[in-house]
Amino acid sequence: MKIINYISTLAIPIVIIVIIFYGILDKKKIYDIFIDGAKEGMGIVINIFPTLLGIFLAVGVLRSSGLLEIITNIFSFFTNKIGFPSEVVPLALLRPISGSASLAVATDIMTTYGVDSKIGLIASTIMGSTETTFYTIAVYTSSIGVKKIRFVLIAALIADIVGMLASAIMWNYIL
Amino acid sequence: MLNKIWPFFIIISFIFAIITGNIERFNNSIFSSCAQAVDLSIKLFGTMCLWNGIMKIVQESSLIKKLSNIISPLMKFLFPNMKKGDKEYEEITINIIANLLGIGNAATPLGLKAMKTMQEKNPNKERITDSMAMFIVLNTASLQLIPTTVIALRASLGSANVAQIILPVWISTIIADIAGITASKVLMKKF
Repeated sequence: MKIINYISTLAIPIVIIVIIFYGILDKKKIYDIFIDGAKEGMGIVINIFPTLLGIFLAVGVLRSSGLLEIITNIFSFFTNKIGFPSEVVPLALLRPISGSASLAVATDIMTTYGVDSKIGLIASTIMGSTETTFYTIAVYTSSIGVKKIRFVLIAALIADIVGMLASAIMWNYIL
Repeated sequence: MLNKIWPFFIIISFIFAIITGNIERFNNSIFSSCAQAVDLSIKLFGTMCLWNGIMKIVQESSLIKKLSNIISPLMKFLFPNMKKGDKEYEEITINIIANLLGIGNAATPLGLKAMKTMQEKNPNKERITDSMAMFIVLNTASLQLIPTTVIALRASLGSANVAQIILPVWISTIIADIAGITASKVLMKKF
């Protein structure tokens, strides 16, 4: 556990240092470039705000009405058998569909059950190790107007499911 | 899709809240969810800007070129029909590197360019080739080295150890990617 924490904690500083180092090596105006990029970051946050608001509203009313609890209880019947926490099921269902929606659901899960709880850690790991599968497939195939996508959706969903199960198993049994 | 799910969730929650007598909590949650969305956005603001700034340096430096040499054995395995020096080979390499570094807004345009180049060489325009399929599957799987968004989220929620999940994320990513690649390699012979 200590080693995992150490490697994890070291990862971000090292990546930043290597990037800055390469910037210096290439004799770039690093600070100006950094400021430019940071400016673009502001736009991203502002752009996802309406989506966040919409999803927070939907998840908020689902939870406060008591319906979300009933849905998770139904799922827990199946998911508990494989060691997947039912509290994370809403995230698992939304993750392949929408990036900002899953961000909102992940926030809801982490605030409800605790960001450093086992459930919070599994939700974090799922968020970090999967992508918005349906959206990506739609963008990539529609850009060239191709109709037959063959096995792409199946293979992509297999990867998602395996990744999610791996996240849960890791925190449940190994770490 | 969300055009149907979103109103459905709200209406069914309302009905359910009436039945169970939770209408007061329902009402409060409308306003607390607005506050939550604002709260999260403000807290994400700093980290998102930071990473965008750092990643801009990557885009402008030679780091991407350096890294593309490292992944060339992997490219050979994933795309056996391609040669180094092919236009689509270069485009895919840079797309994968950009994904690894988490420069999403650079990865997607490059990925779409690679799709176009591959489509030009595709004899059957209606049906994607093995390489195209593999490339899309790779893009639907996460390749990101530093999961910046979830790190930002954890920081905003007051985690005691924000980066704790990085190694588990790598392990889980690698397992998922292996599953996706294996499934593709097997299925491409049948479909």
